[in-house]
Amino acid sequence: MSSIELIINLAYVVAAALFIIGLKLLSHPSSARKGNLVSAIGMFVAVVVTLLDKQIIDFHWILLGFVIGAAYGAWKAKKVEMTQMPEMVSLFNGFGGLASLLLGWATITGMHLVSFATTSEFVFLTVFLTILIGGITFSGSVIAWGKLSGKMNAKAVIFAGLRELSIAHLLGFVAIGYLFVTQPDNLVWLYASIALALSFGIWATISIGGADMPVVIALLNSYSGIAACAAGLAVNNTILIVTGLLVGASGLILTNIMCKAMNRSLMNVLLSGFAKPVEMGEVIEGEVKILSAQDAFYVLEAAQSVLVVPGYGMAVAQAQHAVRELQSLLEENNCTVEYAIHPVAGRMPGHMNVLLAEADVPYDLLYEMDDVNPRMENYDVVIVIGANDVVNPAAKEMKGSPIYGMPVIEVYRAKSVFVLKRSAAAGFAGVDNPLFFKDNTRMVLGDAKDTINSIIREFGDD
Amino acid sequence: MENIYLIFIVLLAALLGFELIRKVPATLHTPLMSGSNAISGITLVGALVASGGDHNWLTTILGTAAVALASINVVGGYLVTDRMLGMFKKKQNK
Repeated sequence: MSSIELIINLAYVVAAALFIIGLKLLSHPSSARKGNLVSAIGMFVAVVVTLLDKQIIDFHWILLGFVIGAAYGAWKAKKVEMTQMPEMVSLFNGFGGLASLLLGWATITGMHLVSFATTSEFVFLTVFLTILIGGITFSGSVIAWGKLSGKMNAKAVIFAGLRELSIAHLLGFVAIGYLFVTQPDNLVWLYASIALALSFGIWATISIGGADMPVVIALLNSYSGIAACAAGLAVNNTILIVTGLLVGASGLILTNIMCKAMNRSLMNVLLSGFAKPVEMGEVIEGEVKILSAQDAFYVLEAAQSVLVVPGYGMAVAQAQHAVRELQSLLEENNCTVEYAIHPVAGRMPGHMNVLLAEADVPYDLLYEMDDVNPRMENYDVVIVIGANDVVNPAAKEMKGSPIYGMPVIEVYRAKSVFVLKRSAAAGFAGVDNPLFFKDNTRMVLGDAKDTINSIIREFGDD
Repeated sequence: MENIYLIFIVLLAALLGFELIRKVPATLHTPLMSGSNAISGITLVGALVASGGDHNWLTTILGTAAVALASINVVGGYLVTDRMLGMFKKKQNK
């Protein structure tokens, strides 16, 4: 090992340590920002020291690529709305996957004819895996991005033969993988691998519905890391392996949390498009009791403790700032206000928390499902904003329901529940919600933001 | 032997990752994801050699495209995570 190589590898150890410390600081909101900075310094060290590599003889192209990427990234980071974070993370997952795919491809094109014979099959196998995972991550993320940003229909696309198509892809991976590893100098197998990976990413994601997107984003996040790790094995770079795996582990843990919160296995989520829709065993019948915003105000004015349960509808209605204003008014009125956030509320893990943080809601008022459920009876009023399945008592009461067994925020045990909803139709999953018919539930119909603003005006007139 | 050594690193890094990420609270899961977007931009390190090395034109183009994409993740990921984390505030005691 030359002295330059030694310096580079030592710096990689430092960079890896900085990434690890950065993630450790992310374990609390008060230190998280510092953690992000530490991680960024780690990245800076890794990149700068790599430029010392004596294989690099020309910096023009590197500079060009970096300037274009950095300018776009900085612009995107500055102008993105917090409600659009799921789309952005999804798009970035895709960029990460594509970068790994291109790196794997470049590894093959950069080889001289003689090195095909001298390079071990292990390297070609890792190149194949890089292209495979990178390609699936890229096309899958583009589809997820299209669904989340509303550029595509968010509903699951299901058609006859989808199962056969997927099985054909999986068999194709084994066959093409074998041909590629044994005949790496035949570029046909390389292109076939790329095409097959891209195609699989599309079909695997297109059959998953919008409400399952938190799981898909978390999984693609994990894939983007695993693709980087595979690329690291291919180019024999330890820092890529280690950091790629940190990201891979992070995505897998989030995927697992999301699945548990829906009481479904990962396979069930990924293959949901293949299952027949569950017939409802029982028909829920009952009368929905409507409450005007003005009457809602009278109840809230007398309340001592209020719990707010936000869902994706809050993001759609951009109601988080209005919610925050209502919180201040209630607090001035000597009422405590807390928030309960279900793990799969919104379109990505932690999405509601960021929206509320943006609206200046202190993070110590945000509680997890398991914290609020035991003391649900103590809340005078629970306000459900744009959430449906995560507060659906059918998950507990109705064995025939498709969401039976899913842990939910048990708002129906509170003294009274206000459900803010655009109309009294079924929610996203198409599940009728018995909560709407409970004796202590009142529906406040209309746009969530308008409704809250009306209540705020009532406080003003008081 | 080299490959065994690499697999050893893979194993340890995966275990370490699981231990670290498990401690991140639910409230920070979105910044965690955008932050891991940034970290997965580490592909940049590998792409630098492909882009700036003594290679044929196709490799240089592929490498440069990989540099650009990975830079989007690194720069965009860290900046947006910082922007988000700056919004998380503790309740002020009156």
